[in-house]
Amino acid sequence: MAELVDSASHMAQPQGRPGVNLGRWIAAAGRRHSLPILLLLLLGFVAPLLTIIGFSFMPPRTFSLWQWPSLENYRVIIEETFYTSFLWSLGMAVVTVAILIAICYPVAYGLAKTFGRWSNLVTLLMVLPLFVSENVRLYGWVLFFIKGGVLLGTIKSLFGIELDSILFKPGTIIFGMVYVYLPFMLFPMTLGVSMVPRDLVDAAKDLGASRLQIFREVELPLAMPGIVIGSLLTFVLAVGAIAEAKVLGGQSVIPVTHDIEIAFTYAQNWPLGAGISVMLILIVGALVLAVLRRFDLDRILGRR
Amino acid sequence: MTIEGGKRRSDLLIAAWTVAVVLFIYMPAFCGLLASLTSSRYFNFPITKWGLAWWGKTFASLEVRSLLSTSITIALIVTAISVVLAFFAALAFARYDWRGRSIYQKIVLLPIFFPQSVLGLALLLWFNALGIETSWKTAVFAHLVWVVPVATLVISIQVYSFDPALEEAAFDLGASRWQVLKEVTLPVLWPGIFSGALFSFLLSWGNFPLSLYTDGADTTVPEYMYAKMVAGYTPGVPVLGTVSTVGAAILLLGGYAFILLVRRKRAASESAA
Repeated sequence: MAELVDSASHMAQPQGRPGVNLGRWIAAAGRRHSLPILLLLLLGFVAPLLTIIGFSFMPPRTFSLWQWPSLENYRVIIEETFYTSFLWSLGMAVVTVAILIAICYPVAYGLAKTFGRWSNLVTLLMVLPLFVSENVRLYGWVLFFIKGGVLLGTIKSLFGIELDSILFKPGTIIFGMVYVYLPFMLFPMTLGVSMVPRDLVDAAKDLGASRLQIFREVELPLAMPGIVIGSLLTFVLAVGAIAEAKVLGGQSVIPVTHDIEIAFTYAQNWPLGAGISVMLILIVGALVLAVLRRFDLDRILGRR
Repeated sequence: MTIEGGKRRSDLLIAAWTVAVVLFIYMPAFCGLLASLTSSRYFNFPITKWGLAWWGKTFASLEVRSLLSTSITIALIVTAISVVLAFFAALAFARYDWRGRSIYQKIVLLPIFFPQSVLGLALLLWFNALGIETSWKTAVFAHLVWVVPVATLVISIQVYSFDPALEEAAFDLGASRWQVLKEVTLPVLWPGIFSGALFSFLLSWGNFPLSLYTDGADTTVPEYMYAKMVAGYTPGVPVLGTVSTVGAAILLLGGYAFILLVRRKRAASESAA
């Protein structure tokens, strides 16, 4: 932020004639072109965040921002059992990320290295579900798993066995999150795997490395930025997920997003909901910033 | 010989795994389609009474029509605004070297790496603090906060492959900034801008958590379906789900075919010239 302010102060410098001082023009153009989106994010992202932080310091059950600040909400959050929903949310997100890494790596490898001209089609097939509301897709799984649904109905008509539905269990929530967030892991990972130069793999092979050694010592480290970005993205989305627990989990587990929603709607306690939100933002935000700091985005997104 | 054989086998395994993943991805859409084709009130598999009755009922419903028009209106406005904002944002992201750019890049990414339901609530409190009543218009603003960064990223990927020497050459030949933008930058970036627009429309169309908190009394299609899933099931839900899946597929495949066509045409005219 300091650098941003610092660079903004250079804006007023007199500009050279275009063509003569292209470098300076480019620097000014960069700043100028970034202004609209920065304004949008200031009004639509920074200001709402400040508002929710402000509300978290208001006394319980108030709807105005102009009261004497108090730490009451944070006391309630720490003393009551909200930590269980935090742990459920974080734990389910970690498991989701781990499963997604295992599922997506072979596909990412295929997309980047072995599918050739088919990889466009496969990419398209994988992108498409992103554009259908996740509710709809989760509901499809309800129809699949429900008693008398596609899975149990088929088993019953084929084998005559009646099984219990596996809906409304924590495992089903994780299943739903793995399903919904799969593309968010796959695409960054593909980007990462495609950054592994083929020559390097060939060289390792010529030097007598086994397939496992090549994977562990050449491919994995070089693909790491993509894998980490994908993991980060899916982790954040999974922590913030709300529909999976409701549609597939049937309230068998209460994730932290549900606590937040309850505080805002049924309990009509905005400051408490704001407090829980701020705790969630702090956990997620610290993680995102810590990870993003380590990466050179220009390199990952294509400019070397 | 053995290495070649082993390689082919692992390639096949990867391909088989990918086919399995694709089938997994489309399973719920398939179940939804099945559920929409039954004429009984509750879904039971295997289906005994097939029929299209619920398709007719769903489209005759005035409520559904107003939902569709609200969702489409929001998505169209979001697309128009976000393409313009994201175009400039992407140039600042990937084209120009300027001090502060690496911080700027991270600021732009933050809303994408942020729990959307929390963002929706924060926006609701912010609108409330400003005394703005929420409606589909505030939902447009909320969608923009999330869609513009994504569109910026999509367009940026195209900008990264853009050769800055093209712009510089045009300047040296005496073109004005406006001419450079109109005749060099825009045409080269056109496929990226088009993909950005497609993403914007579809992401706004499918968004649930932001709409839920920020559109007040107006309702979008994803919200309606969610409400009906949690309470008061009707086979209209799978119908709308199928429509929304097929609609997205047509838009995406059509858009992709269009980009390919433009590329091929350009390649042909370049080789002719």
